[in-house]
Amino acid sequence: MADVKKIATRQSYGESLRDLAEEYPNLVVLDADLSNATKTGTFKKVYPDRFINCGIAESNMMSIAAGLSTTGLIPFASTFAMFASGRAYEQVRNSIGYPHLNVKIGATHAGISVGEDGASHQCLEDLALMRMIPGMVVMCPADDTEARMAIRAALDYVGPVYIRFGRAAVPVVFDENYKFEIGKGAILREGTDVTLVANGLCVASALEAADKLAADGISAEIINICTIKPLDDDLIVASARKTGKVVTAEEHSILGGLGGAVAECLAEKCPTPMYRIGVRDRFGESGPAAELLHKYMLDGEGVYKQVKEFVTK
Amino acid sequence: MNNKELMQHANEVRKMIIIGTHSAKAGHPGGSLSAADIFTFLYFEEMNIDPAEPAKPDRDRFVLSKGHTAPGLYGAMAERGYFPKEEIPTLRHTGARLQGHPSIQYLPGLDMSSGSLGQGISAACGMALGAKLQNKDYRVYTLLGDGELEEGQVWEAAMFAGAKKLDNLVVIVDNNNLQIDGPISEVNNPYPIDKKFEAFNFHVININGNDFDEIRAAMKEARETKGMPTCIVAHTLKGKGVSFMENQVAWHGVAPNDEQFEIAMKDLERIGEEIG
Repeated sequence: MADVKKIATRQSYGESLRDLAEEYPNLVVLDADLSNATKTGTFKKVYPDRFINCGIAESNMMSIAAGLSTTGLIPFASTFAMFASGRAYEQVRNSIGYPHLNVKIGATHAGISVGEDGASHQCLEDLALMRMIPGMVVMCPADDTEARMAIRAALDYVGPVYIRFGRAAVPVVFDENYKFEIGKGAILREGTDVTLVANGLCVASALEAADKLAADGISAEIINICTIKPLDDDLIVASARKTGKVVTAEEHSILGGLGGAVAECLAEKCPTPMYRIGVRDRFGESGPAAELLHKYMLDGEGVYKQVKEFVTK
Repeated sequence: MNNKELMQHANEVRKMIIIGTHSAKAGHPGGSLSAADIFTFLYFEEMNIDPAEPAKPDRDRFVLSKGHTAPGLYGAMAERGYFPKEEIPTLRHTGARLQGHPSIQYLPGLDMSSGSLGQGISAACGMALGAKLQNKDYRVYTLLGDGELEEGQVWEAAMFAGAKKLDNLVVIVDNNNLQIDGPISEVNNPYPIDKKFEAFNFHVININGNDFDEIRAAMKEARETKGMPTCIVAHTLKGKGVSFMENQVAWHGVAPNDEQFEIAMKDLERIGEEIG
């Protein structure tokens, strides 16, 4: 995949907001002093009157967004995933989730691919936290194409949405013919021996792993699950029935995220041997993103090794 | 509306606070009673609202940041005609629209769900900013407890309101001096309240929050204040109107039993007769 184009989904975020602004005149963007990093600065540059800098006060920002939404505006509240889902958790729950308001949360810098900043800024719990809030749509796009489509879908959907974006450039997996729908997964590659369910940057890793597995005679079915809530149960159950083995791969704690959601689904609907690839209940650390992804076995090679071990054990 | 009519309505609101909390065997009568005059003034004189069209886009907004005093808000809304007074005894009952803390998912006419302290004022800031961004001239009112000022988010919101010059926002602090664990000055002293809001670029007015002339004058001054939000520090009497609840911290979050209910209602009947 050396010659594949790479784009950080935070960049897709900032550009999409700018590109959709005319079509969605009620869209306003909030940030908490991180507009250069979250890339909402791209929107601010063209639409300064529709950009609200809340300063370093993420809790207040979430409740502000809630109030704005009651007046008919569609706010996208932006900050790092750590602060959006962690620091402001209760504001997201009580100001946005409980009244089921039309607020969108754009959370960037999720996962260990934050890199050098280290564990304090590497949120590995956001999908779990956001998934617990009744009525919250939770998405983790795999690449630039899907990120752009997810943002548009979030604007068309009425209700609270959390979208997770990354700091590091990741391979573009989908082309413009990709059909995106909230709540729908996609089979990217059919297989018979094992189902590999991935989201975010692990989708590219899973596709790379599938090639390596194929070389070993293992046929992996690759499923992309951008919407972790509501989960596409039917797609996952059908694939699990076919292959009889399921592995999840995500740049998140193995607790409560994609792995947790798939495990809950399968335990009730189609008990299937499973393995969760992710960060195994520990904090991250400083280092270049690529090195960390390798160390934590979330790159193509790491996913390949873990799937192979699970399938052949 | 003249003061006598406002006082009559406020007394009916107070009765509904007692009826609701007595029926619920729970709730927060003390801070509901202290703010009953403010609720009444907002819903009967100050706000541009219509109970027949509760979601009217250009209506004024009210956010009860101190959401635990929902019995006072519900009383004012019922008195104003948002829903039948007969519903008041359903407060906090299973399946009731009158949730323990206000929820827009349950009761039409509410502008925001609240209950987790500190968040309502932020939501009110969002509404005020929403009006500005859309060139609307409606106003936004929010009522905070004095104990609530201990929440850090209040000051994040205050900084925002001052910085963004939200002159369509009125923050009212129900300064009844008591919070659940005791006098606010002893628990974690938020005084001086007025100077703090001044430092956050608010126009600040201190009033007797149980006096309609003073409430009216302050609201007028707030409307005339341009370029900065207004904070009205309303000095009130916790438990006002019910003899044994007045200035008693024990009545922050406790409902009257049957015997206490009878005494409280007699107190309020007597006050009603005095108003005439």
